Amino acid sequence: MSSHSSDAAVLFRNVTYGVPQLAAPILDNLDLVIRRGETLVLLGESGCGKTTTLKLINRLLLPSEGTVTVEGKSTTEWDPIRLRRSTGYVIQDAGLFPHFTVERNVALVPQLEGWPAERVRERVREMLSLVGLEPDSFAGRYPHELSGGQRQRVGVARALASDPPLLLLDEPFGALDPLTRSSLQKEFRALQRRLGKTAVFVTHDVREALFVGTRVGLMHAGRLVLLDSPEGFMRADEPHARAYRETLKLGDGDADTGNGDRLSGAAERTE
Amino acid sequence: MSAVEFIRRHWSEMLALSTEHLMLVLISTACAVAIGIPLGVLLTRRAALKRPVLALAGILQTVPSLALFGLLIPLPFIGGIGARTAIVALVLYALLPVIRNTVTGIEGVDRSVREAAVAMGMTDRQVLWQVELPLASSVILAGVRVATVISVGVATVAAAIGAGGLGTYIFRGLRMNDNTLILAGALPAAVMALAADWLIGLLESRLAVGRRRGAAHGRMFAKRHATLLVLSAAVLVVVIGGVVAFGVWRGSRSSGSSDGSVEADAPFVIGSKDFTEQIVLGELIAQVLEARGLRVERRFELGGNLCHDALVAGQIDAYPEYSGTSLTAILKHAPLTDPRAVYEQVRREYHDRFNLEVSAPLGFSNDFAILVRGDDARRLNLRTVSDAVPHATRWRAGFGQDFRSRPDGYDGFARAYGIRFSGQPREMDLSLSYRALAAGEVDIIAGNSTDGLIAALDLTQLTDDRRYFPPYEAMIVFRRDRFARVPAAREAIASLGGSLSTEEMRRLNYEVDGKKRAARDVVREWLQSEGKR
Repeated sequence: MSSHSSDAAVLFRNVTYGVPQLAAPILDNLDLVIRRGETLVLLGESGCGKTTTLKLINRLLLPSEGTVTVEGKSTTEWDPIRLRRSTGYVIQDAGLFPHFTVERNVALVPQLEGWPAERVRERVREMLSLVGLEPDSFAGRYPHELSGGQRQRVGVARALASDPPLLLLDEPFGALDPLTRSSLQKEFRALQRRLGKTAVFVTHDVREALFVGTRVGLMHAGRLVLLDSPEGFMRADEPHARAYRETLKLGDGDADTGNGDRLSGAAERTE
Repeated sequence: MSAVEFIRRHWSEMLALSTEHLMLVLISTACAVAIGIPLGVLLTRRAALKRPVLALAGILQTVPSLALFGLLIPLPFIGGIGARTAIVALVLYALLPVIRNTVTGIEGVDRSVREAAVAMGMTDRQVLWQVELPLASSVILAGVRVATVISVGVATVAAAIGAGGLGTYIFRGLRMNDNTLILAGALPAAVMALAADWLIGLLESRLAVGRRRGAAHGRMFAKRHATLLVLSAAVLVVVIGGVVAFGVWRGSRSSGSSDGSVEADAPFVIGSKDFTEQIVLGELIAQVLEARGLRVERRFELGGNLCHDALVAGQIDAYPEYSGTSLTAILKHAPLTDPRAVYEQVRREYHDRFNLEVSAPLGFSNDFAILVRGDDARRLNLRTVSDAVPHATRWRAGFGQDFRSRPDGYDGFARAYGIRFSGQPREMDLSLSYRALAAGEVDIIAGNSTDGLIAALDLTQLTDDRRYFPPYEAMIVFRRDRFARVPAAREAIASLGGSLSTEEMRRLNYEVDGKKRAARDVVREWLQSEGKR
């Protein structure tokens, strides 16, 4: 599982992460290679360590033991500001700045990076179009004037604005209604095929994992218990993978579970 | 005096006191903001400091204001009397709401917004200035608003330590039992508090509205940005204006420095306690010094025993005192009855303990005075307290709280003379007891021997023939090192020895208390008539 690879974007090597308040580590001896251009989904229930894994990549956290290497350099050696500005980050409730317009939110990293104003403006329009928001009608709005789905689109646009090679997504569509969610999942997959970013996508939704991921890493109690393609996941003998597959059967026909494959015509609910 | 009449006569003084008050509030609020907001920000960065600092600020705010002023007086650099100490105290009071609201405001910023800011690669400084402070601004401003309103209120107490402001009217009014005067201080202060509350509230709602209202397109961005700019500019103007005003003000009211190394041409700082007779005497000292061409600064109406502390600290150079007060309240000895013995002991101990000099007695004593109506005294031929003892069983007595509770007050007095009254003596406000006596509601009271009302209400003081009351001879206490270098100043003080009889002091007090004239004019006339100018 832990092989050196020249096209490794991110490399976890014997990574353990714990906090003094807890006896058991949150992440236990993780070895993981994230390949350039893949969409790796980390799947697991709450507290399994998937969000921690994400935060170790852009140095929101530092490992207690082991090393996390991004683009060939340990995160402890990276300047955290540089590392974060070259890593897109999307979180569940978007985390947009309520006192910034959509335009300023999307322009955030380019502006921090000191891009010329004209280029920033162009980039914002480009990004808004990319995530399906009409720039003329959305650029001047404030986050509270948007629907949940629109906010999440702005969140993705913000993460992509400075064209980072690496994208981290922490349950980005978790708080959305099923129709919006499935629509965004489809658009995200299409976008990923087009842009070819390296993406790490955290979710607890097995359908979402199978739909957006090129590989699925199944986590349980701080350990990576399975790492395989979606097809491999469907065939795996691993007991937790089997349990997840059970929920797929039970959930069949349940309209409340967003399976993007079948909900092709779903329109996003706005406003 | 009607309110309109009062304002007509005193508008310029009212304006000056209001300005002084406003200055105190502006300077102290500006300092509290300049200290409190950065401190609050620091607390959000250093979790371990948060509890102790907030607890300390909370404790400071529960200290009664007069006590806090008192505690600050003996401190070097920040202490003493006057505006500086008042501002320090006001800042301490205003800190808590500013710090607490800064912490609350910043901690109230949505976790996901903070996390996104950090994850986007903003530095801590950028997170603070671009995300946390703008989002916390209306909460912080609410804290500033509370701090300002508190300051307007507490600043009235600052008058007790010579910092001026509208409290001067309130304290004077309380002392003279004059409601017009109390209102002349309290109403402008209330108006000021309401105005501050309203103005800052307006700014606060502008900020909040800016966030809520969402008119389409970038216009809002510009507008919000402008509001923030206006806010920052306003804070900056207040801070800079406050500092400049403070500098100017300090320059214009510069006090004697506390290290004793005063230049020869520094003014003599004359203090007084906070009642009419003291102000008259302070004015008297000031004017005899001025008559000899010396520069004088007046620091009148200081509360409690502030005068003594300020004199020892070198912040004032002289003030009027009473021998009995020096002996019991300052030197903490048991009361003595022989005036010469009291005076000599005070003079000796002041010299040895404080390096202070005591002038010759001014000629009168401000003792407890047992008073009856003049017509009763004439009808029954009463001259002494002993003369009154046989009649007292038919009399009702009314005494002030002070006389009832002091060690040299009622209990010892009743024992010394074996005097009994009809029923228990009524306990009442001192100034009210004069009117109660004149109106026949009580028949005997204990007042102050130099009170102007004694003559005005035709009351008679009964001689303390058993010499029960300790003597309170008026005298001037001054710093020997300061006066030693200026012979004219010593001469001026010496010229006042034995110059004022009890009757004259009563008359001067009455001119001020009864006829509501300015102490300055009353003293000038008296000096002219005595040929001392």
